[in-house]
Amino acid sequence: MNVRVAVQPETERRFDRNAEDPRSEDFHDHLFALEEEGELVVQRVPEPFIEVMTKYGRTKKIPLDQTWHHKSCGQCGHIPGYSTSIIWIVRKLGYDYLDPTDQTSCTAWNYYASATSNAPAQAAVAHRNFAAAYETGYYPLIHCGTSYGHYKETREEIMHHAELRKQVREVMGKLGKPLVIPEEIVHYSEYIHAARNMIAERQVFDFSDIGVCIHPACHYYKLVEEDAIYDEDIYGGQRTATVTGVVTALGAEVRDYSTFFDCCGFGFRHILVSRDFTRSFATLRKIEVMKEEADPDVVISHDTGCVTTLDKSQYATGVAHGANVGVPVMSDSQFSALAMGAHPYRICQLHWHSTEYRPLLEKMGIDHEKAWAEFQQDLEDLKSGKKDYLTWEDIEN
Amino acid sequence: MGLFADKYPDVSYEEKLRLWDEVKADARFPDYLYGCYECGICVSACPSARFYDFSPRKIAQAAAREDIELIYEQMNDDVWNCSQCFSCNRCPRQNSPGGVITVLREVAVNNGLKSAAQALEGYSRIVYKIMGTGTQVSPDMLQPDAFPDWGPQVKQVSDELDLWRRALPPETLHTTKASWQVDERTLIELYLIWYNTGVMDMIANVDEGLNLILSDVMEEMLEEAGYEI
Repeated sequence: MNVRVAVQPETERRFDRNAEDPRSEDFHDHLFALEEEGELVVQRVPEPFIEVMTKYGRTKKIPLDQTWHHKSCGQCGHIPGYSTSIIWIVRKLGYDYLDPTDQTSCTAWNYYASATSNAPAQAAVAHRNFAAAYETGYYPLIHCGTSYGHYKETREEIMHHAELRKQVREVMGKLGKPLVIPEEIVHYSEYIHAARNMIAERQVFDFSDIGVCIHPACHYYKLVEEDAIYDEDIYGGQRTATVTGVVTALGAEVRDYSTFFDCCGFGFRHILVSRDFTRSFATLRKIEVMKEEADPDVVISHDTGCVTTLDKSQYATGVAHGANVGVPVMSDSQFSALAMGAHPYRICQLHWHSTEYRPLLEKMGIDHEKAWAEFQQDLEDLKSGKKDYLTWEDIEN
Repeated sequence: MGLFADKYPDVSYEEKLRLWDEVKADARFPDYLYGCYECGICVSACPSARFYDFSPRKIAQAAAREDIELIYEQMNDDVWNCSQCFSCNRCPRQNSPGGVITVLREVAVNNGLKSAAQALEGYSRIVYKIMGTGTQVSPDMLQPDAFPDWGPQVKQVSDELDLWRRALPPETLHTTKASWQVDERTLIELYLIWYNTGVMDMIANVDEGLNLILSDVMEEMLEEAGYEI
């Protein structure tokens, strides 16, 4: 891999990956044993895949082709350029995929917010989606960081609790579906990380002047931490490599800041019913710290809640409190897509974001006025009835 | 007796103990709590501890000590402040105070605690969306009166919603009432999960009205599909 070292750690200390450490155990031994006993079915990662290293040294397979896009409520609902960019990148790389309608939310946002569910229900929702993917022959690629984190939790629970496994298998039986677990739970940002050099090969804009602060998503690397990707060449293997890897591969400058490990303030219930907490945390512990210490051109993250929180929280704190805010926020998929020449409105759908992003586009060398005029023409075509919808073919032809 | 004054003396010790036994009976609980070094690393990582009178360490300590009165107090006064980010999972003892809180919340909802019902006031629409449509935050929730703090751009999204949704290349995203298009068969399967795992009863415990509305929607669809509830 040709990834440039992103941020040198301030210490020479290295995180030794010790095979004797119980945390480095490979859960697959247990998973495949359960499969042999007829307890469940394991959906194998299809070829071609790229192997990456996880936190404690285990190798993880990241599939490139035949991906089943497990969409995210918040991305699709409120920042739809996020998921559109993911699918656009897969299309541009020339791989096959499925955008299913036989998919529900993981429902974990609601679970972490309201607790109006329980372990069997949450596992059953996960396994219904897994079975739906398995029936198509495509492999689940999880768009949401919380879905990814929660599915890892349910995988652990299903593997280690026979009674829960029995209960969920019975529910799945009522749905006429087998109990299926994917060999790896794969987040889309891991796909982008694994494919970052392919993405960089297709880059059409120079990002070397773009300063980036990265916010890693809690549910990506703090929940069942052993599944997250780490790389000795990125932060000396001491922080997750996901996101930083692709930003660096695209030649942008990653700028460090002291509250890197803090959450964004999303809070699950707070973002919806107690947003004073969310706004305060996002501003005081993240955006203002980034501005003061690193002055980035953009903040890049890899989860629904983080992008929403960090973007949407800036308006009120800036206007009402004069906070030092005003940094555009987007996902690694949107950032990568822009680098590859994606249309900022037709694909990245930046008009759904709150914080001013046009100066960033100018710095990237993207003509946003021309792009907006093109998008307005698309809207006119829709209004006039010339088209019912904007399609992939409209964009790609 | 615990180390702190009992804030809920009107609730019997036996009732508090019963709830605590329900927490401990959750199969996940032994994986969430191994003891507590009292080092405070969880507090230093916790976003809620910075802005509320809230401490994941106190949660872990009370659970480890089985301080029944304090646990009951936390179940009412503290658990809804947690951000559920699981930053506290960096605990060197391998505890997950956030996981303990998940279970405490679940027991609070299961038993219809008044504090749980209050914490979820204003949240009914979200529960309705996720359980009824299979997706949580729909595009039509972006209304300026609901999100005034997100800036004037929310009104623009709201005004142009139908048009902007049709201008999304993925055909699954041409929706306004759900995050994406979900098949009817898929929804039926989701409803069967709610009914077969006790979730509908949990909803009834904290919000009878919501339970009735959801039941109407789900039972009609399930009956049409040939299922008896």
